[in-house]
Order: sequence, then structure tokens, then C-alpha cells
Amino acid sequence: MKQRINELKERFASELSKVTDKQSLEELRLSFLSKKGQVSLLMQELAKIPNEQKKEAGQLINSFKQEVSARFDQKLEEMKKLEEECLINSAESYDESLPENIKKGSYHPITLVQRELEDIFGSMGFDVEDYSEIVDDYHCFEALNIPKFHPARDMQDTYYLSTRNQLLKSHTSAAQNSIMHKYGKLLKENGRPIRAVFPGRCFRNEAIDACHENTFFQMEGIMIDKDISISNLIYFMKTMLSEVFERDVTVRLRPGFFPFVEPGFELDIQCSICGGKGCPSCKNSGWLELCPCGMIHPNVLKYGGINSEEDPYEYTGFAFGLGLTRLAMMKYGVKDIRTFNEGDLRALSQFVSR
Amino acid sequence: MFVSMNWIKDFVDLDGCDIEQLIHRFTLSTAEVEGIEYKGKDVQSVVVGEITSCENHPDSDHLHVLKVDAGSEVFDVVCGAPNARVGIKTAFAKTGGSVCGMEIKPAKLRGVMSYGMCCSAKELGISDDHSGIMELDASLKNGTDIKDIFPIDDVIFEVDNKSLTNRPDLWGHYGIAREFAALTGNPLKELQVMENPYTGDAKVDVTIAKSDLCFRYTSVRIENITKHVSPMEMQIRLYYCGSRAINLLADITNYIMLELGQPMHAFDGKKISRIVIDTPDKPFTFTTLDGNEREITTDTLMIYDDKEPVAIAGIMGGLDSEIVDDTDTLVLESANFDGVCVRKSASRMALRTDASARYEKTLDPEMTMTAAKRFMKLLHDSDDGIRFVTGITDVYVKKYPEITVPFTKKFLDRYTGIDISSDRIEETLISLGFGIERSGDEFTIKVPSFRATKDVSMQADIVEEITRIYGYDNFEIKTTYEPLLPARRTLLKTNENSIKDCLVKRYALHEVHSRIWCDPDDLKNLGLSPENNVKLLGASEEKETGILRTSMMQCLLPFVYENRSFSDSFGIFEIGRCVYGEKSDGTADERRMLGIVLYSKEKSEKSLYMLGVDIVNTIVSELKHKSVRYTKCETDHDWQHPKNTASLSVDGKDFGVLNTLHPSTLKKIAKNCVAVCIEIDMDVFDEIASGELGFAEPSRFPAVDYDLSLVVPDGVRFEEMADCWQKDDNPELSGVSVIDIYDSASTKSITIRFSFVLDDRTLTGEEVQKRIDVIIEKLGKLGVALRV
Repeated sequence: MKQRINELKERFASELSKVTDKQSLEELRLSFLSKKGQVSLLMQELAKIPNEQKKEAGQLINSFKQEVSARFDQKLEEMKKLEEECLINSAESYDESLPENIKKGSYHPITLVQRELEDIFGSMGFDVEDYSEIVDDYHCFEALNIPKFHPARDMQDTYYLSTRNQLLKSHTSAAQNSIMHKYGKLLKENGRPIRAVFPGRCFRNEAIDACHENTFFQMEGIMIDKDISISNLIYFMKTMLSEVFERDVTVRLRPGFFPFVEPGFELDIQCSICGGKGCPSCKNSGWLELCPCGMIHPNVLKYGGINSEEDPYEYTGFAFGLGLTRLAMMKYGVKDIRTFNEGDLRALSQFVSR
Repeated sequence: MFVSMNWIKDFVDLDGCDIEQLIHRFTLSTAEVEGIEYKGKDVQSVVVGEITSCENHPDSDHLHVLKVDAGSEVFDVVCGAPNARVGIKTAFAKTGGSVCGMEIKPAKLRGVMSYGMCCSAKELGISDDHSGIMELDASLKNGTDIKDIFPIDDVIFEVDNKSLTNRPDLWGHYGIAREFAALTGNPLKELQVMENPYTGDAKVDVTIAKSDLCFRYTSVRIENITKHVSPMEMQIRLYYCGSRAINLLADITNYIMLELGQPMHAFDGKKISRIVIDTPDKPFTFTTLDGNEREITTDTLMIYDDKEPVAIAGIMGGLDSEIVDDTDTLVLESANFDGVCVRKSASRMALRTDASARYEKTLDPEMTMTAAKRFMKLLHDSDDGIRFVTGITDVYVKKYPEITVPFTKKFLDRYTGIDISSDRIEETLISLGFGIERSGDEFTIKVPSFRATKDVSMQADIVEEITRIYGYDNFEIKTTYEPLLPARRTLLKTNENSIKDCLVKRYALHEVHSRIWCDPDDLKNLGLSPENNVKLLGASEEKETGILRTSMMQCLLPFVYENRSFSDSFGIFEIGRCVYGEKSDGTADERRMLGIVLYSKEKSEKSLYMLGVDIVNTIVSELKHKSVRYTKCETDHDWQHPKNTASLSVDGKDFGVLNTLHPSTLKKIAKNCVAVCIEIDMDVFDEIASGELGFAEPSRFPAVDYDLSLVVPDGVRFEEMADCWQKDDNPELSGVSVIDIYDSASTKSITIRFSFVLDDRTLTGEEVQKRIDVIIEKLGKLGVALRV
């Protein structure tokens, strides 16, 4: 019996080493461990041997059975591993550099700049207001201290409409009067300061070229409260512009004439390209003219219902205007202003997202 | 406007000042300087030279060979000037010197050596006269530097006219000198004038017939004028400031305009007997001194010699009464006209002159007298033989009221946020010509007449005067202290932002911007034309460019056309404004619209249309938690497909339209393409009340699904079938989804999966079957049957 077992052991070892696939492994397993397998045959033979040898022989068969079983499991594990390795080795290595097929949409660059500014102003407590594109003469001019035949009307070539007394908004300032009326009551009764920005499309009758558009975007802002001062205006403009340009900007104010502010200013920022030394970008002046601003004219506050005739300085405030189209050109390096309104997707589809 | 620093220095002492620094401060305190030019920089080693010999050039028919005595030395010079001749003294540029930015070197001209160059006034940069070399006064000493004779060196700076719109006082050098006086603290010198020596009773006969348009007319008649050429100094200043020397009388009027900002006109005295300022009864044609014919309307203010028109008031004189070279008598006009009237006339005639530009700014009428006296002084300085034959006639019909403004340091401190001393306030205002009465920190300020026509009238104006001279760079900057309040968030903004995000990020559309009016050429490409709507005024008629759009599609469809080769499939959108004609009050009916166009050469029209449906459903369900009802409707526009145009509504409120394109429009875009338009009225959309999100706790028991395959007859819409399994009748129905749609020529069939669920147990098969049977029965009434 012992000898038989040893023979079988050798046979199993030799056959196991020849096995290359799972199926022949299973066949081998069956030929040893199934009901009709070698181990069962040994057990049948056990009945025939003398009783005193049975114990030892039984132990031998058992340990043989365990050995076969263990080696079989081990072999199976090895084969599974081998199979996985094969799978991995045969797997394709993908090319990430292939262009992807999923289409991406795009935002208009003005939307991107506008959202960024709205976020900044929102974080500083400014409401974002909307206003119509068709306005009347009163809101666009008279309420802004620009009476009929005022030379300042020459500064803007306005698109007048065939409807009564209406025109296409030539500047976002046209919304000032309405916003003052909208929030004046809360200012006076609850002491809630008016802080608002109002982005919008503006129109001027100009011949179009790379630098001129008849349709463009501005963003105007106002702040009105009891004691708003020029000093506050400079602080605010500097803080806001530092946020916009993501650096500490140096600003300077010089007199600028706009009928709806007094005093009125042109605000320049120091040229970031030359650091103020002078370069072609800033026409060698070291400064870039960026936004007109000023203390809101007493007449404008009066027309807006903020101050009374008797106390024209009860509330004071400042206003400022930003050229969104110009900012977008600066930010994205757009050289031709026509890019914004001509709908050429080869250009616009590049503004994927922020 | 060009400003000469030499001229400024006539009125304020700037010795020892850094001129460039000063001009920079002018930008920061007064008005924007656009550029500085250093005149005479190029003119070096140019001296008085006397031509002592003039021979013809042996090898040229126009060149001469000269000997020029330049004082210390005599030079051989080849010269081509026609007026070169023995005995005249001229401007001679020596070798080593320079003119016109070029160095003078010895040179061989047609075989003859030339050492130096005789110069024209143009070559010295002081005139555009290039007719010949300069002929200088014979009494000048040979070899004298030309710059010792003429003020060629000067610093000229250009001020941006736009930044002077509100400052009539800065349209002349004297006013600008006042700014420099205030900036340096040096006094402003008095203007030299001449009083009229005439003592008799004779006057110029002046009648102002339109006292609302002519506020003051000052005049004088002067005879025996014998000089006709203005002094070189005056000519150079005029030239440097962008004007041009003509003759003595015209030059002095121009000079005074540049000096004081007061336009003047000199009439030939022989042609004028009586001056009348009036508007014509009927339109006529008038020839101005530039030789052009002008259409004069009845609201144009004119100057008449009795009944004969001689000038357009404040704009330009007439040809017939113009000063000519032999004029020996003049009638002077120093007047003040209504700025609006001048501006309207000038822009109607497209004739904006230096004079009209100044009148438009509302000039100070006080100035006419000063200007007249200054004219007499300058004319007399040049021609002391003149005879004044009338007194100064001064008709002054409208005086501006004197303006006084109460002012306090406290007000200034509040408005500026900083502390500026009362002494500083007083000093600054006095230097700018304001009258001051002061009591401690309180002031009564008298606005000078030259600032009182419209510029300065209230405390805020006074603040500007003080702060701009104080310097904004010197301001301490301070934050405000406001109550802490969140910014308001508006539905309009959040909806616009969410929709843009959805369209860009989920549907990969491209946002575009377009104009609010139609471009007829663009529409023509699509076989369309603008629809009747509100128009832009002044737009060119034949091109009809001036009609506002009635739909976003009038701009978006042309964009699709232009981009048709951009990609086989793309979509664009814009949130913009359209106009739906006029409202009942006669104003334009402006609408805020979202326009979307989907375009494809790959997809079927049906699938693109269903993508459009998907977009609308997504927007509405995400922003409003509601579902959309689609109703086929009549078309409003030529590009809409008569069959597949549907109105969109929620809660019975129409908020937009979805359509495919009319075949005639579609074929114009490209062959074998399809397109779908969506237009949503954003204001109506914003008004739709949001539904509840409607959260329901999911059941712990599994749902039972039941699939029904149905054959649907033509014309039955899904929404009609959906009425057969309304939620109210089937509380356990937790979901309905379409598993499959199969269309063939003969049948249309659909497989729908119904899911039933209960909170406390699983429904049995019999229970589900009972509910399904009810649905099948209802469907049967629509003609929908089970597929066998």
C-alpha cells in the first residue's frame, strides 16, 4: 500500500506539472479525487488489507488525499494568477492624447467678465440690477443733468427711435434715476445705503472697425448714503480694481467732465506692463484711463428723489462706470472689438468656461 | 487745443519752474494733456545772413551760387529759391547746424560745393510758407542767431478738447495761464488793453433784433489802416497753435480768440454801414468767406449790413465783407451769441469753426469789451497811424446773474472726507479768480463771470475747484462704515445664470451676442426680410438698416448661416432684447428673450426637435419643478414650420415657442441640414411660480414593474395616453417610463414600463394586474391596443 501511494504521488506530481489549463487540471482532480478516482480506489482497497495494518494505511491514504487536494488548490491559484497576468499583459494601453469627442459649450466672454465683476461687487454688498435697453430721453439725459442741446449730448451719438421720445440706451447711467427711486425709500426710512451695480448693453451710432462698436457693454455702479466722500470713492475704486486685476493697483484721479457727477474724475490705473515707466500699451504715459467716476451731481440726486430742494446735500454718493467690453478685451487679449458681436464660433467657442 | 508756454509766460511768471512737471500737474488738476512738443529743438546754428553775391549756377537753370555773409565769415552757398538776390538778409543755417531735423553738411550740388543753407519760414518750422527764403529786416546784424530775433523755441502742449467742454474760460491762453497761476501760487498778470481815445458822439449803428440769441454786441470803427502784415512773433504763435497767418486784421482777431477765447470778426468798413443781428424771414443761400455756399434757415442767426447778410453769427463771415489786403477801414465785432443757437446752426451746416466751438461752450459776455480793447491795443501796437472814428459801441441785452455760493469748511470736509484748512480754501479760490468773504470757517463765494455762465453754481462745484488744485494724489483714502447687509439676489439674475450654465454645460451650446436691429442683407441670405417694427431714426433709408428685431431668430439664424461650416452639429443661444412693436402708450414693447438655435447635418429633424423638447423640459423642471405643455400653434414668422411650431406653456401661461424651420428657409442655410428654434420670453418665464420640489420618502419595499407594449393609432399624443394613468387614480404608481418606441410605415408602437410600489408591503401580482387592466381599458377608448 505504501508503495502504491508513493507511485501515485509521483504520478500526480508528474501529471500536475504537465497541466497547462484549467480544464485538464479539473480532469486531473477528478481522476484522483472523484468517487471513482484514485483516492476512492485506495479506500476500497483498504477494506481488503489486514486489520492491524488498516490504521497506518488509512492514515497514509488520508494524508495523501490532503496533499493532493492542497497541491491542486495551489496549482489552481497559480493558474488564476497567470491568467490575470495574461489579461493585464494583453490589455490595450490607452492613448490619453487622442482628441476627445464630447462637445463643449462656451460662454460669451462678456458673460465671463460680467459674472466675475458681479461676484466681486456682490461680495462687497452691491446689488446687481437690470435695466431695459430702450429708454426715454428723460432717463438717459435729463435726469442725469444733461438738458436738451447740452454740448455733452454731442459726446455720444445716440440712436433715437421712431417711438415717442425713446432711444437705445447710450450709457448704463440711464438706470441711475430708476434705481434711486426704487431704493430711496429704504435708504431714508431704514438707513439701508444704496449700493448697486447695473451691467448693460449700450448703443452708439459709430462706424464699426477694430476699435469701435455700436453695441457694447458697460457696468455702472452707485453708492449713496449720508456721508459718502471723495475719500471713500478713491478707497472703493482702488479696492474694487485690485480685486478685478488680482493685484494691488495704483490709481490716480484727475478732473473729468461728466454732467451727472460733480466733481467728476477720470480714473487711471498705473500701467501693469511697464509699471508706470511708459510703454506703447499706455502711450508712454505710464497710466491707462480706465473708468470715469465722480460724486453724484446734486441735481441727479434731486431728480432721483434722494434729496429735497431744501437740503440738496442730505445724502451724498458716488458713481462709476466700467467698460465691460474693454475689460474683456484687456483680460483675454481680444484685439478686434468686432469679435464680440459677430457670432463667429471659431472665436467664441474658445471661451469654454471659467 | 494747442497751448504755447511762451504765450502763457506773458501772463504768469514761470521762471525756475520745471515746465514738463507743470504740464503734468495741469493734467491732474485741470484738463487732459494729450502731448507735448518742443518747438525749435531742430533749429540750430541758424543766423542772419546777407546775400552779397548771386551768380547763376553753371549747370542749372534755377539754382544760384551765392556768397552769404554770416557775420564772422562769408560762405559759398548753392540755393534754389526764386527770391534769392543780392542785398537781402535771410535765415542762414550754417554747416554743423540743423533745420527740419537734418544736419547741415557741406555738399556738392551739380558740381559746385555748398556750405550751408538759406531757409524758408517752413524750413524753420514757424510757418507753412515755402515760396522762397525768408527776407529779414535789413537792420539786423549779420551773424545774429535767429532765435535771438524770433521766439522759435517754445513748448507747445495739446489739451484734449473734450475735457474742456464745461470750461469756456479755458478756450484761450489767458484762462489757462490763470490755472498755472493757481498751481504755482504766482500772480496772474493783468491783460494789456487800450482805451479808446475817441471822444466824439459817433457810434457804430448796432441793432439786436433777437435779444434771446445775441446777448451782447460790442463794436468800433477804425480807419486809416496802412499795415497789412502782422508781426512775426504773432505769426509764429498763431502757427504753433494750429492757425495760420493771413493778414494783420484777421491775424489779430484770431490771436485774441486764442488768447481770450473770444471769437471776433473784422468786417471791411467800407462794406458796412449799420449792423443788425437777426434771423431771416425765409431761407436763402449765403456765400461764406471760404467760398462755399451755405443754406441758411430761418432759425440761423445772421449779421446784416442793414438788410444785406454779411456773416453767420458766431460761425463764419461772408465772402463779400471779408478783409482783403488793401482794406483800410474796419468795423469790429466782439459779440456774445447764444451757444445752443450757434451749435444747432453749425451742426446743421456741418460747419464747425474755432469760433462756433467756443460759442457752444457758453462764453462769458463780460469778455466782449475786454477783447475789443485788447484788439485796439494790438492793432495800435502794429499800426500807430490808425484812427478811431467811433466810440466803442456796446449793446448788452442779457447779463447773467451774479452767483454767490455760501460755503463752509465743514461742508468741504464732509464732501471730501479729508481736512483742508480754511486758509487753503481762501488762497485757492482767490487764485482762480473767485471773490471771497470769509468769517472764520464760513465763506460767501462770488463766482467770477467767466465761470458763471453754467460751469460753477453750487457748493459741489466749489468743492471741485478746491480739491483739484489741492491734488487728488494728496487725498487720504478711507473706507465707509456701513451696516452689514447681504446683497439682494434677484430671480432675473439667478435664472439667467442657471439657464446659461445649463445650456453651456449640459447641452454644449455656444453663447453669442448680436445687435438689437435687423441686418437686411443677412436676412436676405435666408430669403427673409425685416418685419414691420420700431425703427431707428436717421438710419439710411435705402438700406433699411434701422428696423429693430421682432425675434432673436432674426439675428441668430444669420449666425447659424455664417457658421454652417463650423461644425456638423452645433447650437447657439443668446439672452437679449426684442421689440414687439408699440405698446398702447406709443412706447416700444421691449422683451427680454432667450433664443436658441440647434443645427445639425447629422441628426434627423425629429431627433433634433426632441432635443429641443428636452432642453425646454430640463430648464423648466430644474428652475420651476414643473412640466411643460406643448400646443401646436399658428406661425408668427416666415421661418417657422407650419406643422411643427408649438407654443410652450406652464400653468396655462405661454412663455415661448419651439419650432423647426420652414423648408424654404432651411434650404437656404445648407443642403441636407436641419435646425430647431426655441424662443422663450424671460420675463414671463420668471413670473411662473416655482412648484414644490416634492420630496417623497422611498419605500423600503421593492417596486413591481409591468411593461405594456401598445400599438398607437396616428394622431394620438403621448400626453393623451398619460391621462389614462393619472396619479390621482393610481396612488401606487411610482413611475412611468418609455422603454422603446418602434415606428414603421404601417404601425407606431410603444413599450411603457409602469412601476407600482407601496410603503408597507409589496403589491401582489393580482393587485398590479387589476390596475393595469383599468389603464388598458382607458387606452382602448383612445384606440390604443395591446400589441399582439
